[in-house]
This record gives sequence, structure tokens and C-alpha cells, in this order.
Amino acid sequence: MTTVTDEWVKVAEVADIPPLSGRVVRTKSGDIALFHAGDGNFYAIDNRCPHKGGPLSEGIVHDCHVTCPLHNWVLNLKTGEAEAPDEGKVATYEVKVKDGAVYLKLGGA
Amino acid sequence: MNSREQERLVVIGNGMAGVRTVEEILKLDPARYAITVIGEEPYGNYNRILLSPVLAGESTLDDIMLNPPEWYAENGIELISGVRATAIDRARREVVLADERRVPYDRLIIATGSRPFILPVPGNDLEGVIGFRDIADVETMLQAAKNHRHAVVIGGGLLGLEAANGLMKNGMEVTVVHLMDTLMERQLDAEAGAMLRRSLEERGMKFVMPAKTTEILGDENGRVRAVKLEDGTEIPAELVVMTAGIVPNKEIAEEAGLYCERGIVVNDYLMTYDPRIYAVGECVQHRGVCYGLVAPLYEQARVLANHLAGRGWMTYEGSVTSTKLKVTGIDLFSAGNFLGGNGADELILKDEKGGVYKKLVIEDNRLTGAVLYGDTVDGTWYFQLIREGSDISDIRGRLLFGQAHLGDAGHAEDSVAHLPDDAEICGCNGVSKGEIIAAIKEQGLFTLEDVRKVTKASASCGSCTGLVEQILASVLGGDYSAAPSEKPLCGCTDYTHDQVRKAILDNGLKSIPDVMKFLEWRTPNGCATCRPALNYYLLCAWPGEYEDDLRSRFINERAHGNIQKDGTYSVVPRMFGGVTTPEELRAIADAAEKYGAKEVKVTGGQRIDLFGIRKEDLPNIWRDLNKAGLISGHAYGKALRTVKTCVGAQWCRFGTQDSTGLGIKLEKLTWGSWMPHKFKMGVSGCPRNCAEATIKDFGVVCVDSGYELHVGGNGGIKVRVTDLIAKVKTEEEVLEWAGAFIQLYRETAHYLERTAPWIERKGLSWVKERLEDEKNRKALFERFRFSQQFAQVDPWAEMAEKHEDEFKPVAELV
Ligand SMILES: Cc1cc2nc3c(=O)[nH]c(=O)nc-3n(C[C@H](O)[C@H](O)[C@H](O)COP(=O)(O)OP(=O)(O)OC[C@H]3O[C@@H](n4cnc5c(N)ncnc54)[C@H](O)[C@@H]3O)c2cc1C
Ligand code: SF4
Ligand code: FES
Repeated sequence: MTTVTDEWVKVAEVADIPPLSGRVVRTKSGDIALFHAGDGNFYAIDNRCPHKGGPLSEGIVHDCHVTCPLHNWVLNLKTGEAEAPDEGKVATYEVKVKDGAVYLKLGGA
Repeated sequence: MNSREQERLVVIGNGMAGVRTVEEILKLDPARYAITVIGEEPYGNYNRILLSPVLAGESTLDDIMLNPPEWYAENGIELISGVRATAIDRARREVVLADERRVPYDRLIIATGSRPFILPVPGNDLEGVIGFRDIADVETMLQAAKNHRHAVVIGGGLLGLEAANGLMKNGMEVTVVHLMDTLMERQLDAEAGAMLRRSLEERGMKFVMPAKTTEILGDENGRVRAVKLEDGTEIPAELVVMTAGIVPNKEIAEEAGLYCERGIVVNDYLMTYDPRIYAVGECVQHRGVCYGLVAPLYEQARVLANHLAGRGWMTYEGSVTSTKLKVTGIDLFSAGNFLGGNGADELILKDEKGGVYKKLVIEDNRLTGAVLYGDTVDGTWYFQLIREGSDISDIRGRLLFGQAHLGDAGHAEDSVAHLPDDAEICGCNGVSKGEIIAAIKEQGLFTLEDVRKVTKASASCGSCTGLVEQILASVLGGDYSAAPSEKPLCGCTDYTHDQVRKAILDNGLKSIPDVMKFLEWRTPNGCATCRPALNYYLLCAWPGEYEDDLRSRFINERAHGNIQKDGTYSVVPRMFGGVTTPEELRAIADAAEKYGAKEVKVTGGQRIDLFGIRKEDLPNIWRDLNKAGLISGHAYGKALRTVKTCVGAQWCRFGTQDSTGLGIKLEKLTWGSWMPHKFKMGVSGCPRNCAEATIKDFGVVCVDSGYELHVGGNGGIKVRVTDLIAKVKTEEEVLEWAGAFIQLYRETAHYLERTAPWIERKGLSWVKERLEDEKNRKALFERFRFSQQFAQVDPWAEMAEKHEDEFKPVAELV
């Protein structure tokens, strides 16, 4: 079991998350959605849609966006912001990939 | 902005068509060109159409501005306004301006529009004789109305009547002199023209017609004082507005040696005879036609932009146009071939007292033209039928009474005109009618896409699309706003659903990236609208070959359960024909307890729904249910859902056939099939119809002599009763018809289009013909059976085995 700190925490192998998909990282303070985006990078944001809390990890991923499965809000994975005309924002987390593994920094949001 | 790689694109004419083209190019490829726009008028870009309401005092100049000068700066466009372009130097590739500046170009767009036709009669250059084209003309008219009393408008077309109406509103006495004996003869037949004339006369407008103007008489100061007609009559006038037609501004092209006839001649890419020079808008002549309305010009702009952005696959093939007179209080609409004749049928409704006249022109079972006077609520609908070339033989008898009267056939789309402003239009995003109207007006929206982007209305489930389109049409006047006859699949492409499907088949495209590459998608990997659609189209086109792309499926289909509001899932095992056994029920009860189902409910489709299952438990509960022989009910998918049955002849005293047994056979044949949308069936044992088969996508009603087959029903938001499509004698035939019908739907419906709207779009007769033709029916059925080989794999078993891990969090940091 890993403890939550400001440090980088390994959360997945790159192979666990194929491009254009997302998975959940469960933490003490709530679920985080981890995505392998269309630009090849990994991004992490809170797994609660700013609209009505939809599970963003289950949305369709396109480019650096995810469309919420409940009412189709589109969230920018880089900034956590909802695309216009919707307004709202989710927290984002730093992610890095090293030697085929994905690391997440929880404190650094 | 002028970097070396950028080509220089110059536009002559800062009007509606030219700037629209620039906007479209910016959408496709903003960095491609260094753009310069040259405009004679000293403003940004404005909505010329709305000059009429400005004249009538119903709108202001500020309201009608589309792009202020800042817009050009923000987009890196150089705007040279208030200066006329006088020549094109093709050898040096430069545009010469009136102040002798020269603007070099790599590519040039001529968008000079047209100008009023000024009658070649003596006195036509007197002070107070003008056309009706631009802001300056409106200002002249408003000024004249302050100082003078009499106005004559020459030409009783759309423009003339709008001018006359506006001048009257400003207190002038207006006489319209018209050469023909019907007003607006290019848009109206004699009947409608006469009714229009009467109601304008009631408002105080005077008409002299048919009459020919021979001279314009001036006073000692060189200002007009009267108009003289051929018969010698003199009509006093201190203002004369000529609206007897428009002349394309082609001179600058002609003098540069480009081929012109009535307008600047262009091909289907809007290219002139010089491949560096394009033309768009009213100055253009395309396939012999010069257009004078905005809708076709916007279609041209889209094609030209597509071409200039290097996409190069769209062509412009001409437009059908419709018009609406913008005189408040007068409802008038016309579209297409409204004159009829030449063997065309005409349907006419005339209520002289009530002031209503409708004429529909029908050729080959298709609506080709319409004139509406007094009641234009259905204009948009008729126009859509005309553009789509829908087969109307099934609704011919009711067509004249409008969409709302189609009743049971379910074409009814309640008119939004009567709804109050606070009525909610888009339930998904909570957008009211008033908000949509405000957005359209304030932000100058023209298309459904625009409205979606700004207000979000109809951007989610899309079921309110029709309503939003009606609002758009009613605010904009229903004419120039019309979207292209077939809508693009989504914002990532300009291709329509049908074009995409055809390209997949014709070019053997076998994966989503292949399709996007071949059709030059604008986005790197699509969006949540196109990806599921493409996935389905590929699945349908290449059964057994195409590998389903789970990442392009909505979560319900990916997790094989319905995601609920709280993020848990519901699980529904299939019960063929609604029949179950004690063992199955026991397994379901055990599973419900073991995985803590929060609620157990019998569904409307005769099976059992377990609510509140956690995602990570899904593979396990499926495994348990599988062990008892239960498979997925696809209760979550765009797929065959249920076959609802009644007890039928086996138990019921009224029953005529074994409806339950037939239902089971139907479900065994069809389960697992992916569809454009969800698909439900029903089988009733007699016409008492306990299984509600007549609101299903495919319904069977058993009768003594066999089986009645019904299609296209819907029990959703809008209940639609099925249409009877055939009567057959044996169960085998029922199965064959069902399979063939499903396959036809699978192959030709748009993704997310249910059978009801699909049948309305294609026409019941179209569907019927394809199924009645035995050879065709059997071929469809064969294709259906072939694809079923690959489709009838229980997704639960497969997912539990192959993808179990994906249902769990990838890491737990607790
Ligand atoms: C009062 C009125 C009401 C209308 N109502 C409707 C309606 O209800 N529905 C509808 O569909 N259509 C309507 N129209 C028609 C519609 O406005 C035109 O079809 C449309 O504006 C044509 O667009 P365009 O870009 O081709 O020409 P324009 O919008 O006229 O743009 C051409 C521009 O080029 C400029 N220009 C010309 N020559 C030169 C040059 N040599 N150098 C520099 N600049 C030059 C002109 O000054 C002008 O600004 C109406 C028109 C008017 C005048
Ligand atoms: S539909 Fe007819 S056969 Fe079926 S249960 Fe009802 S009454 Fe009986
Ligand atoms: S909860 Fe995400 S769009 Fe509504």
C-alpha cells in the first residue's frame, strides 16, 4: 500500500491504459481519472464532472479532451476546464511517464 | 502576420459572401493565408438582409453589424475599407485600388455582390432617385422621409415591398409601380400575389400595375418631383426607389479578361477562368444561375473555403431557394418550383376570408414547390421535404394541413411558435426558448451548429434539434438561415452520414483512423459524436472483419450496463420473449443479494433489472449469471433490446397464434445485433394487442389468417404508432421480414436515428418496396444472418474473461 505524499507515486504501467482511454486511481480524498490522451501524453483530473458529478473516467477521450458520459460536457484534460458554453473546472494533477510507468503527484495540484 | 510560408489571399468586397468565406477558411485552417479584405463601404461587415427592418424602425444599425473592425484585427486580417478596387492586374497579380495603391495576391476572391438595376429612363440620375442596397441608401430614405411626403417604389418584388413598407412606417405616402400584373411574381403565383396586394392595400400602400415607367421628372433644383408612366400618368414623388432587379458587379472581372456572362462564370469549385481567381456571392454565375439570396451564397462560401483550405473535395452543385417577406404582420413563404405546370400536380387550399392560401406542387411523389400565404408555420417543414426529396405518397392526403396534423403517423412536431419564451426547449441542458432567441439575435448565429456551441441547446441527446431549427428559422426569417440540406455528421467533418457510409464501402475503409484520414477529419481523433457513429458504421459494413473499438463506445456499451446517476450500474439479463424459469430467478435473486443490488425491478420489456451494482463487481456478477445460462440483455445498448410478448393461444381464450413462442424465436434470431439506435419488438396474440406491439420498432399482431407486421413505432417522448407494412401467413415469413427490416434499418439509418424518424425520412413506401421485392428481402435477410454469426457472442462472458481488470481502479492509494 502506498502512502499519499507530495512525492511522485507510481500508479500504472503505460500498457494498462491504451491511447484514448481512461482509468480510475482511487485515493483517500476521492477518485482521480487518469487518461492516455490523443497527443500521447497522460493527464490526471478529478473524476467528478463539474456539472453533476459524472464519472469522467468513463467518457470518450478525443485529442486532449474527455466528454462526460452523463450530459456531454467536454473537459480539457490539460487545464481541467469545461469547454464553452459550459463553465466549470476540475482539479488537475501532475503526471509523468518514466521507464514505461505512469507516476502521479497528488500534492501538486 | 505576413510570414514567408503564408500565401496572400485577397478578397474584393467586404459583404456577406466574401466575409463568410473568410470565416469558413479561418475555421478550417487559420494559419494558411495572410488575408486582406478590400471593401468599398466604410464599415466592418454587416447583415444586409436586415436593412429592411432597420428602415422600418424595427432594428438599428448597431444590431445588424456582424463583424466590427476589431474582429479583423483580432484574426490578423488586414481590412482596407472605404476604398474601391478599380482593376485586377493579372500579369503582376495585383489588385489596384482607387487611391492607386496596389495589393499583391497569390489567390484572389471576387465577392463584389450586385447593385440595383437602375432603369434606363430620362431623369434616372436626379437627386432623390436611389436603389435599395446598402446603409447609405437606408440613410437617404430616412432623410427623405423627414423632409418629403411622396415616394414611388418601382418594382414590386421582395425588395420593393420591403422598401415600400419601411417608407410607409416612416410616414410617407407610397405608391408601388410594377411592370407585371402579379406582385413578387418570382416568388408567388397569381393567387397569393393578389392576396398579398389586398392586405398591403389595407395598410395604405398604393399600387399601379401593370405599368411601365417612361420618365422621371425633376424640379428646378434637380430633385425628382414625379414619375411618368407610359400612359402619361404622372405620380408625384420626392423620392424614387428603384427595386426592379439587381445587376451582378462583374465589371472588374470582365475588364481583367475573365469570362463573364450575366455574372462572373465559375465552376463547381467557384473558380473563374483564371485558376488563381475565385468568385463567390451575387456577382457569380454558376451553371447559368445568378443567386440573390443568402442561403445559396453561404453554401458557395463553404465550398470555396473548403477548396482554398486545401481540402478540395466539396463541390457546389446549385441550390434550391426559399423566400419569406420580411414585412411584419404578413406571413408569406415560397420555395422551389412554386408555379407548377408541366404535368406537376397541385394541392391547393384557399380560404379567402381567413386570408390563408397554400399551394403545394408535387412531381413524382415528391414535393417540389410551395407557396404559403397567411399561415407559414409549415414553411420550414415543406422546405425540408423539398430539399431532401422525401417521398410523400404516404402523407399526401394530409400534407396540406401541415405537420401538426399528421397525427398518428407521428410526423407531428408541435410548432414552437406558440410556446412562451420560458418554455424549456432542451431538457438535457435546461435551455429555454427565450435564451435561444436571445443568443441568435445577440450573437448573430446562423446555423444549428452555432446555436449548439453557444447555448448548448440540442447538443446532448439531440431530440430537440427540430425545435431548435424551428426557432432558428422563425427568428432569422426561415430563408437564408437554412442549413445545408443534409447536415454534416458532426463538427469534425463536412461530410454527411450518408456520404461517410458510402465512402467506407466504396473505398474499403476498415478502421476509424482510416476513415478520418481518408475524409480529412478536422480533429485528430474525432469527438464523442462521430467516434461511436463511425464505430457502428464500420461494424455494420464489415461484419466479422472490423474489430469493435471499445474506446469509441459510450460507457454503457463499454461496460455493458447502464450507468446510473450515482455512477453505479444496472444489470439486466436477457429473458427470451419474457419467459423465465425458477432456476433463472433463483440465480438472479442470489446475484442480487451477493452484490448488494439496491433495487430489483421488473422492466417494461418483461425482464428484471438489478440496480446499484458497483463497476468493479460487474465481471463477477456476470460470471455468476452466465453460470445459470443467463446472458446480457443489451439493456444499455444501441442494439436489439427486448421482444415483448403476450401469453397468446397457449393460455389466452382470445389468442389466435403462439405469440410467446414466436417472440422467443424472434429474439433468438436477432439478439446481439448492433443497431443505429435501440430496437424493440413485440408480439401480440390477437388484435387486443396486450403486448403493445404497435408502438414497437417491429411489431407482430397475430390474426386468424396469419400475422400482421407493423414497423416504426415508438413509445418514447413522442408516441408514434406503427405503420402496417405487410401481412404474412407463416412464422418463417415473420422471421424473414423481421431480419430484412432490421438489416435495411442497419444499413441506411443514421447513427442514433430511431426507426420512426428513419421511416419518415425515407418514406414508408421506400421501405415497403425494398421489403416486398422478394429477391431484395431475401438478400437483406441473408446479410443480416451473416452478420449475426459474429454478433451473437455474449458480451458478458467475453468481457468478464478478457477485460476484467479494466473494471477496477488502476491503483488504490488509500
Ligand atoms: C434590403 C435587402 C433585403 C434583403 N433581404 C434578403 C432576405 O430576406 N433573404 C435573403 O436571403 N437575402 C436578402 N437580401 C439579399 C442579400 O442581402 C444578398 O444576397 C447578399 O448580401 C449578397 O452577398 P454578397 O457578398 O454577394 O454581396 P454584398 O453583401 O452586396 O457584398 C458585396 C460588397 O462588395 C463591395 N464591393 C463591390 N464592388 C467593389 C469593389 N470594386 N471594390 C471594393 N468593394 C466592392 C460592396 O460595397 C459590398 O459591400 C436582401 C438584400 C437587400 C439589399
Ligand atoms: S393480445 Fe390477444 S391473445 Fe394476447 S393476451 Fe391479449 S387478448 Fe390474449
Ligand atoms: S455530470 Fe458531466 S455533463 Fe453532467
